[in-house]
Amino acid sequence: MAEARPAARPMGPMRGPGGPGARGMRGPRPKIKNPGKLFMRVMKYVFRDYAIPYIIVIACIFIGVFASIQGTLFTKTLIDEYITPFLLTPTPDFTPLAKAIGRVAIFYAIGIISGYTQNRIMINVTQGVLRNLRDELFEHMEKLPIKYFDTHAHGDIMSVYTNDIDTMRQLISQSIPQMVNSVVTVISVFISMVILNVPLTVLTLVMVAVMMFCASKTAGNSGKYFLEQQKNLGTVNGFIEEMIEGQKVVKVFCHEEENMTQFKELNDNLFVSANKAHTYANILGPINAQLGNVSYVLCAIAGGALALSGISGLTLGGLASFLTFNKSFNMPINQVTQQLNSIIMALAGAERYFNLLDAEVETDEGYVTLVNAKEENGKLVECEERTGRWAWKHTHQADGSVDYVELKGEVVFDFVDFGYTDEKMVLHDIELYAKPGQKIAFVGSTGAGKTTITNLINRFYDIQDGKIRYDGINVNKIKKSDLRRSLGMVLQETHLFTGTVADNIRFGKLDATDEEVVAAAKLANADAFIARLPQGYDTMLVGDGANLSQGQRQLLAIARAAIADPPVLILDEATSSIDTRTERIIQESMDRLMHGRTTFVIAHRLSTVKNSDCIMVLEQGRIIERGTHEQLLEEKGKYYQLYTGNAIGA
Amino acid sequence: MFKTLLKQVKQYKWVAIATPLCMLLEVLMETMIPFLMASIIDKGVNAGDMGHIIKIGVLMIGTALIGLAGGLLGGCFGAKASTGFARNLREAMYNHIQTFSFANIDKFSTAGLITRMTTDVNSLQMSFQMCLRMAMRAPASMICALVMAFSINAKLSMIYLVAVAFLGVVLFFLIRKGSGLFRAAFPKYDELNASVQENVSAIRVVKAFVREEEETRKFKKASNNIYKVFSKAEKYMILNGPLMQLTVYTCIILISWFGAKMIVGTELTTGELMSLLAYCMNILMNLMMLSMLFIMLSMSLASAERVSEVLNETSSLQNPENPIMEVKDGSIVFKNVDFGYNTTSEKPVLRDINLEIKAGETIGIMGGTGTGKTSLINLISRLYDVTDGEVLVGGHNVKEYDMEALREQVAVVLQKNVLFSGTIYENLRWGNSEATDDECKQACKLACADEFIERFTDKYDTYIEQGGSNVSGGQKQRLCIARALLKKPKVLILDDSTSAVDTATDAKIRKAFREDLPGITKLIIAQRISSIQDADRIIVMDDGEINGFGTHEELLETNAIYREVYESQTGGSGDFDEKEAD
Repeated sequence: MAEARPAARPMGPMRGPGGPGARGMRGPRPKIKNPGKLFMRVMKYVFRDYAIPYIIVIACIFIGVFASIQGTLFTKTLIDEYITPFLLTPTPDFTPLAKAIGRVAIFYAIGIISGYTQNRIMINVTQGVLRNLRDELFEHMEKLPIKYFDTHAHGDIMSVYTNDIDTMRQLISQSIPQMVNSVVTVISVFISMVILNVPLTVLTLVMVAVMMFCASKTAGNSGKYFLEQQKNLGTVNGFIEEMIEGQKVVKVFCHEEENMTQFKELNDNLFVSANKAHTYANILGPINAQLGNVSYVLCAIAGGALALSGISGLTLGGLASFLTFNKSFNMPINQVTQQLNSIIMALAGAERYFNLLDAEVETDEGYVTLVNAKEENGKLVECEERTGRWAWKHTHQADGSVDYVELKGEVVFDFVDFGYTDEKMVLHDIELYAKPGQKIAFVGSTGAGKTTITNLINRFYDIQDGKIRYDGINVNKIKKSDLRRSLGMVLQETHLFTGTVADNIRFGKLDATDEEVVAAAKLANADAFIARLPQGYDTMLVGDGANLSQGQRQLLAIARAAIADPPVLILDEATSSIDTRTERIIQESMDRLMHGRTTFVIAHRLSTVKNSDCIMVLEQGRIIERGTHEQLLEEKGKYYQLYTGNAIGA
Repeated sequence: MFKTLLKQVKQYKWVAIATPLCMLLEVLMETMIPFLMASIIDKGVNAGDMGHIIKIGVLMIGTALIGLAGGLLGGCFGAKASTGFARNLREAMYNHIQTFSFANIDKFSTAGLITRMTTDVNSLQMSFQMCLRMAMRAPASMICALVMAFSINAKLSMIYLVAVAFLGVVLFFLIRKGSGLFRAAFPKYDELNASVQENVSAIRVVKAFVREEEETRKFKKASNNIYKVFSKAEKYMILNGPLMQLTVYTCIILISWFGAKMIVGTELTTGELMSLLAYCMNILMNLMMLSMLFIMLSMSLASAERVSEVLNETSSLQNPENPIMEVKDGSIVFKNVDFGYNTTSEKPVLRDINLEIKAGETIGIMGGTGTGKTSLINLISRLYDVTDGEVLVGGHNVKEYDMEALREQVAVVLQKNVLFSGTIYENLRWGNSEATDDECKQACKLACADEFIERFTDKYDTYIEQGGSNVSGGQKQRLCIARALLKKPKVLILDDSTSAVDTATDAKIRKAFREDLPGITKLIIAQRISSIQDADRIIVMDDGEINGFGTHEELLETNAIYREVYESQTGGSGDFDEKEAD
């Protein structure tokens, strides 16, 4: 059927390697492991949600094949039973012919209707399975630990959605129905042929074997080069991406010539494999078509000899029919081989899809939950309504008794060791104690481990040794979602989402009223600039808030954290060069946000550090100094050096 | 547009021409086959003439072989021409982009250029191959079949003409309706991808705010939307198949009925009727092919436009004739310079800039965002051209220099700087491909990059990932500075290049510059006063104009903006990393 879509979706302005199957797949991936298993797994998806429609589709295919065979047979009937007798009678009666035509018209109508039904149902099955594949992948992806995103190229993850799922679409919507159709046709034609004549059937089968052999050779080669082409395409796209992104640097360093040479080499490699892949794919059709013709001729000659010599009881009329069948036997085989490449590509795509789907999700064995609380007779009790007070509901596993601990925002690190991998520790013996409402500042040079510490409090990563306690509860026992809900976060790199300004602020609290949104914006000093936007709070933000300045984006991030109103805040102050005026506005709103909350701040600003209750000076994953600003200045250690600028070696 | 693109066929011209010819050969042979088949049945099998069967059989095998040759060659040539075309396109685009000025790059945006070079070129490759192989084959095959049909029986063949016309018109409307719907549906796909992209890059925010479920809900809604619009669009497209069947079957029935009557009236033979029926399928299949071709072409039209736009773009900066190759010294003069990125925008970015900088001076530049600091220094190495006035380096207008020579001798460390995948050595040698290991190390020492490089296990052979993702911001900046130093420039421009470097190291770098590179003119843009206060002179930019130009002490006394910034940074609210001991 006519498929109006291009093989792969153009991806528009999206970053990352684009195009059909273009991906950042760097390592060689010549073979697909376990193609059969992958295929079955894809089919499981189809049958899980669309078993009945898919079975109806297959039934329609059967009916369609049956109708078209009836059509083929009609030609023979037309000639043998009507036209030939007509020639013998002087006044032929056309009424029986009209009736026969009426009968075959009914078959045709059935064929058309079943064809339409098949296609119509197939739309829903294909689009539905695609939707489910996407949805399931996304849902799974959202559950993956941060570590997965830190260790996998984002372009590769993206390409599963854009390219790999698309190759699976082809498999489900085209290749499989085509194969079913072909198999049904082949079987029914085969039976008809055997009934007509066995020796000729054997001859046909021999020719089919030759065709299959040629096809599998060419298709195998083609598939191999297609995979190679995909790999080279990935490399070329990666190169383009890297160099065009850095094009300004390329120009500043006059590196154009070198890049052109390098690009030419990669581009030529791509050409070689693409050329081979397409050549093999292109010649497959003609080879099979002409071999089919040869098979036809051989059958005609052998059949003629058989019929004329009278051996094996073949009649001339039978031979004519047999030759028709020979033609319709070769066609579906031809079609199946044409599908081989899409199948190989689809399975490679399915492999990557399932790799992502099988990635281990973030585990959460926490059982302490966050509940609304109010005080009754001096005791904390759980309640439904929002009271502004929160408590940790701690159900003891041993006896099932329930404790309520008020959420205050006390955070303790007890001899924490951590490494992103087990071999290499990044943090050693970290010990810290933050009372509710205190401000703890981390200072130290890049790579000292400041960001890492903040990644541990909300359990983006789990520690190797030691304990982190939150209001006296080991964070491992707290349900991750509740833990994170109680921690606000403003990161150095501000990420905004497609949606209105209000939507972005509401990110912090889904059910916030308009008044709350405005209040949060006011606290963050964002109200003024939002008011100046064309549609105010309803202004659409696109492309990570590209239409806002860096300072404005930061203010929105602060408003987003403010609306969540968490007792504990993790702040990563921006080092980025924001001019002094904007910086002052941001600082003011940060200070307001920090007021009354336990705050962990990766500090770059003097005022933040000065006002901190405790400053932790980090170096190579250890806290080397701690104390207030004044205490540390007196110590005349590393902090003093940093503060006075009289650093190392000067 | 097509002319621009077709120019890139280049060395594949002959292959490209040969492809449709080969396909034509295949088509001709293919049309012969049903004719020969009819002959085998009519005169061979039905007449029981074995000799005829063998004779025609051999002829048919011969025809098949010629057809095979045509098909094989057509396949090879088509693959070669189309993949070669794509290669030439990519290369031409890439090389052309290398000549682009910053203004050209800004115009297309880097993301735009990347899509054009990847997705668009791929879609053109596919269309080109389709064109070469099908554009000739389908109509030719259809015409051949029609001609054969007419030569057999013109009266009956009129049915085909009517069928072709009917199917053609209906297909046309279907495709138009369907592809309109598809085109409307595609942006939804882009939106969905954008939302995945967003969630991948901002996963920390999503998790920190415990928004996984809400984001999944949003995604599912968008995904279901796609399901709906695509189902709707495809509803039109799938009518193609049944419609085609309907036409074919109607034709068969009509031909059978009228054919039977004609045979009775001896206007037609049985074998001829069989051939006519065989051509029926052929004609309508090819019509279908043709309609597919139109769909493909109309879809790649947008790609063709986007690619040729890049190829037709002329660089806004051109080298002069007889360019000067040597920059004499590092003196810089701005004479009444006006500059705007866009000549039509009302307010220029820089207005009436007059400056004189002596060779070897260290100049600090400060000012808020958007005051024109970066624009100012971009004019020095002629990354953009002035709108009015002139910029002189080493006593000559920058437009008189060979651009490459000028940029070799005026080194800029850009604000948004990048490292490339490769070892540290390889990255450093971007500055000077002939630099020895010792020279590299020396440059790193000056840029204070040696200390952390030495700590890496592979030292200078450490592999830098794409975009420098495995080094910290401060380390990246220091490597970028070292890379620029290796050029041994006359002028060194640092555009906020030490913002992520801690104050102590920053001071050390400046000290090294002062002591070891006295002859180089240094321009330093910075937000921290401490980074520039020891410069010989400081430029204060405000709203595209020079607000003040003098030493730290002079500006403290005379310049309000400078004083305000200084006080804010050294008073209680400055930058922690910044405070200097006075």
